[in-house]
Amino acid sequence: MTKEELKDSFTQIFPAVTFDESGEFLTAIIPSEELLPVMNVLRTKPELYFDYLFCETCVDWKDHLMMVYFLNSRTYNHTLVVKAKITDTINPQIESVFHIWPTAELNEDEIFDLFGVKFLNHPNLRRLFLEEDWVGFPLRKNYVDEHMIEL
Amino acid sequence: MILGEEDYITEEGEFVVNMGPQHPSTHGVLRLKVWLDGETIKKVEPHLGYIHRSIEKMSESLSYRQYGYLTSRMDYLSAHINNLACALVVEKALQVEVPARAQAIRIIIGELTRIGSHLLWFASAGLDLGGVTPFFYAFREREAINSIMDENCGARLTQNFMVPGGIVYDVRPDFQSRVKEVLKQFKDNFHEYNEILTGNVIFQNRLKDVGILTKEDAIAFGCTGPTARASGLSCDIRKMYPYDGYEKLQFDEVISTGCDSWARYEVRMAEMLQSVRIIEQLIDNIPEGDIVAKTKNVIKLPKGEFYQRVETARGELGVYIVSDGGASPYRCKYRSPNFANLSAIPHIARGYKIGDLIAIMATIDLIIPDIDR
Repeated sequence: MTKEELKDSFTQIFPAVTFDESGEFLTAIIPSEELLPVMNVLRTKPELYFDYLFCETCVDWKDHLMMVYFLNSRTYNHTLVVKAKITDTINPQIESVFHIWPTAELNEDEIFDLFGVKFLNHPNLRRLFLEEDWVGFPLRKNYVDEHMIEL
Repeated sequence: MILGEEDYITEEGEFVVNMGPQHPSTHGVLRLKVWLDGETIKKVEPHLGYIHRSIEKMSESLSYRQYGYLTSRMDYLSAHINNLACALVVEKALQVEVPARAQAIRIIIGELTRIGSHLLWFASAGLDLGGVTPFFYAFREREAINSIMDENCGARLTQNFMVPGGIVYDVRPDFQSRVKEVLKQFKDNFHEYNEILTGNVIFQNRLKDVGILTKEDAIAFGCTGPTARASGLSCDIRKMYPYDGYEKLQFDEVISTGCDSWARYEVRMAEMLQSVRIIEQLIDNIPEGDIVAKTKNVIKLPKGEFYQRVETARGELGVYIVSDGGASPYRCKYRSPNFANLSAIPHIARGYKIGDLIAIMATIDLIIPDIDR
């Protein structure tokens, strides 16, 4: 599907979407509460069939967190980036997409570890890299490491 | 880590074993927590973080000339290709035209890296499964490749040769003859590899029908590289999204539909010969000219988001840069091939014997610093 066709089908699934076409891939921005139903349709709808989640990450924009999902369809080879905006930075949470793409399990563990985003309905949410009692989330912009020496 | 109560025997006959972080077959510091029923694996859970350096966080305070140097410490066997990904994403953002000479040398060095990496995999796979001799065979050729790296890039392991716009130095005058020498040595000796491992019945029986990864699972778990191609999934980035002039070269994407550990072995063996084929097409046709395109001293990327992927020896490496217009990345994310391949191991290993887990780990070929980053 071309970018225009993808845009049309996405608008049918979720009309209140905003698109960003400045980058290489078509980017759709949705609120974090709507993530799971939208992702389910993207995965199962036969003409979209996004079966491959090739990158999942998070970006800290200080006033909000942005979850980024890179989706690709191995059948049609079209790519779409879905971004979910989390406005609550104190206690951020979002639905896990593990049940749609199993590769998300470790990715979400990593994001929980480094950004502190809590994934609901995740089978085994744990700190992947850091110790269990580590204070703070290192990839957040407001993270302060007391041991760090400014040069 | 402290072992909790649940880590001892849970039911009669079921117990928990920690494989790693010092287990030789984990090739680094990966700990697999394995739930066993007798010798049969019931569940595997990877525990990471023993070599976590937070390269992504460090990149946020480095310039676009510096941040790539950290990536040769990620997948240290594909150091050149990791650097290349970092260089390509800057070139894509700035729309820099890379000189043809730099592109050709980049491909030759990249493919030599791939052969060297697969050779080390061959050596360690043989070692994990009980054969010591393949290690010496493979290291003989890897040594020759490492010498070329040493002569041209100044390092044998954590090389830093690719920079935004091209390469950092020109190659030495004897580069072509040295590469040809090494390729000849490799091709002459390749039959020995087949004799000692490929034709070995014990080795075959350890791998055949062990660790089945279906094509659907390979997609669902995000597997790439030889691991996914052994499951019949066409996923070579060099073919799908060519970079640096791979589209002009003749080579085959090696795909097998075996889905088991043996198929993964065969795919890697065949890939080495394809890399030789790529180098042979280029080695006599390296164009003359500049080795690096002109870029500003302080590189600043335009505001926006950039994603670049390359095919490392283990699969698709993606670099995702979010730029706020400044001199260093606002957010830098590495989509690591090993991280995705690791997530498939708990699924693959279930139901096999503990000895088969070694065979599965050996053929998936994980590099732990790339997972931990």
